[in-house]
Amino acid sequence: MDFGFSLSPSSAIDLDKVDLSLYRRLEQTVPDIRSCIACGSCSATCMAADYSGMSVRKLILNLQRGADVKKMLSCCMLCGKCTMVCPRGINTRKLILDVCRYYSDNKL
Amino acid sequence: MKESVVIIGGGIAGLEAASQLLALGLSPVIVEKSDHLGGHVAEWYRLFPDLSPAQDLVTHLVSSTSGARIYLETEISRINALKDGYSATLNNGDVLFCKAVLVCTGFHLFDAAKKEEYGYGIYNSVITNRDLEHWFGGLEDARIPDNPRAVGFVHCVGSRDVKAGNTQCSKVCCMTAIKQAIEMKEKFPEAEVYCFYMDLRLFGKKYEDFYISAQRDYGIHFIRGRVSEVSEDIDGRLLVKAEDTLSGKPLKVRLDLLVLMAGMVCSPQTGRIASMVRAEVDDDGFLRSRDNIYSIVESGRKGIFFAGACTGTKTIPETVAEARAAALSAFRYIKEKA
Amino acid sequence: MIYQGKQKIWSDYQKEIPDNHWFYVRSCIRQSFFPASEGHFVKIVRDLLGKDLYETPHHTTCGGIAYHSDTIPQETAMTIVARQFSLMKEAGYKNLVTSCITSFGNYTEILETWREFPELETRIREHLWKACRREFDKPEYVAHASDVVYKLRNEIAEKAKFRLVNHETGEPLRIVEHIGCHYSKMFPHKGVGGAEYPCVLSGMVESWGGKVIDYPERRHCCGFGFRQYLVKANRGYSVSNTHKKFESMEPFHPDLIITNCPGCPYFLDRWQYVISEQTGKTYGQNGHGIPALTYEELAGLVLGYDPWDLGLQIHQVGPEPLLDKMGIAYDPARKYLGLDEKDIMKPGLPTVLKCY
Repeated sequence: MDFGFSLSPSSAIDLDKVDLSLYRRLEQTVPDIRSCIACGSCSATCMAADYSGMSVRKLILNLQRGADVKKMLSCCMLCGKCTMVCPRGINTRKLILDVCRYYSDNKL
Repeated sequence: MKESVVIIGGGIAGLEAASQLLALGLSPVIVEKSDHLGGHVAEWYRLFPDLSPAQDLVTHLVSSTSGARIYLETEISRINALKDGYSATLNNGDVLFCKAVLVCTGFHLFDAAKKEEYGYGIYNSVITNRDLEHWFGGLEDARIPDNPRAVGFVHCVGSRDVKAGNTQCSKVCCMTAIKQAIEMKEKFPEAEVYCFYMDLRLFGKKYEDFYISAQRDYGIHFIRGRVSEVSEDIDGRLLVKAEDTLSGKPLKVRLDLLVLMAGMVCSPQTGRIASMVRAEVDDDGFLRSRDNIYSIVESGRKGIFFAGACTGTKTIPETVAEARAAALSAFRYIKEKA
Repeated sequence: MIYQGKQKIWSDYQKEIPDNHWFYVRSCIRQSFFPASEGHFVKIVRDLLGKDLYETPHHTTCGGIAYHSDTIPQETAMTIVARQFSLMKEAGYKNLVTSCITSFGNYTEILETWREFPELETRIREHLWKACRREFDKPEYVAHASDVVYKLRNEIAEKAKFRLVNHETGEPLRIVEHIGCHYSKMFPHKGVGGAEYPCVLSGMVESWGGKVIDYPERRHCCGFGFRQYLVKANRGYSVSNTHKKFESMEPFHPDLIITNCPGCPYFLDRWQYVISEQTGKTYGQNGHGIPALTYEELAGLVLGYDPWDLGLQIHQVGPEPLLDKMGIAYDPARKYLGLDEKDIMKPGLPTVLKCY
């Protein structure tokens, strides 16, 4: 039956159900990923951020919440500015390359 | 005869001030309403940032005040101004004559049950920071499960909360939460540990190192969002809701234990004592110092001094430093008058 | 769950409810949603328990529904409310009892606003005088009709013919209580038990023999939300909220939902049909739904009134499984007969939800 409206999909994050397999793997290869303080230095300095919505801050947060980051990642130009400004010394370059490797290994 | 100073409150501020006054050749008298010395610190298990036992500090302070007169389970009924000092009448009938009064009435831990949405006293596995310290110290607590899969900490419970009547930051809860989160992770390495915060205020020596370690070495999750609601599911687990403000989405998670970081509020006795010594109460409910930069330990009234959390939220090192400053100020006041 | 902890909160939020002499104002939508509920409230309170309850045909909507739908400003609602107060003054009453939760919220919010801004009250007095030459006194007490039933719950229990107990097993029925948002979320101290753990309905349930279920989304809105529902394109949000509540209460297998708001029982009832059509899922036993009743309907069942006289056939979810559990006899042939025993016509049956 068509009511002209339907149940709205929930945008809420349910931490009991999110898939953290990628994040768990990255915790091993880039342990500093855990120490992000979401300061936004990376996004502020990012060459791609203005035009594409690329943000390493959001990338890490999305990884921690089990969300898909493929689209965002495709905008990165690997210039390395985010690595230079990070106050926590996170190896963002390795992080991005490892995420790419995960997606290609799993043919995602 | 040595000149006497009445110290109201036998917490760490009162004890340290007494110890300094003894060293300066005065005769301090501590009047403590409870049955023990050391105040809140005596109820704590380990202290940040060195994880040193709280009992060591209290034992040290108590032993260094063995020369002072100490009343336990005693309250002040009345304080009268005399020509060259004060007289304090105790509820046991004793009257103490002194040259100066040092107010060290400290703070009161916010009653977490007032934040009804968190269900302290209603849901089985909701406890406070103090309950957790008691448990670390060896007290049994049936609310803490044997093998929790997930544990949460709620920062700012009753702090920075206009509706709870407390606008102040309690200063120590961020660090206490991180300390307790690490201690829980050490006890239960398999458990996921979440800290729900509004802002992390980690200003002191080694605090930031603790935070980095909590993130990197212990994998504690920090979620920037205030918990809005707690409920219990059919298995008795807690369902906690918050906004993950960084991703801008509502978030929920099931926990086996929730620890509420109850903040510091002014002690209910403070107002009563303030009216006895005619000291002013500030608009945050704490005592008003003569000024907040140079004369925090002075009241603006002759011979009335303050030390510790009676004037605002303080860490232990700040309290101890203020107690020393207040002792010295009282000493100079008495000597200059003489 | 620590029951004593809830009792402590309840003792902090005990509002004063007058014993007798009430001026009753009806709801604009309840009479079409639940046509017999208000009538039975009057029957129970006035005729059965012998209290003084007055109502006047001159009273109108309180304007709350228009105010909450953003179609009139609050000053207009205030002037409408001022007129109701003038009717109450005329009739010589001081205790206002509202049938509708949004009315209760509206009256309370207006009185609180006047307390904070007395100049606004003066202006409304002028508006009312200019509009219809009327003057008013503010009520001494404002109660919701569910407060009154809560107050009378033990008197009702004494006269009960049925209890909220499965008559075959002797087990108490598992009951979800749902409080309208405007009851105490705006002013927690105006509601029995406050806003987080209200006991106005749970008190009735316990006094009549049932067991209250506290499920995770208990405090969530029923989904009506005025603007969520009134604009058709937004109805997906409305039904999604209701869906969230049903998913959350499902593991507890509730036998019944009791409510005290006009919108909540309507949406908790009708949306079960829509959800069943959209997802194929039902939440009662054997393909049935969970009956969602008003507190008057439940009081009526407990007191032994005929389920069809109480208007239970108007609900989307069939009440029969509940009646069977409570051991209440009913005549299926009379279900769709009106008060004058004339056929009021049978509705079409849903494809998924079983309704007898």
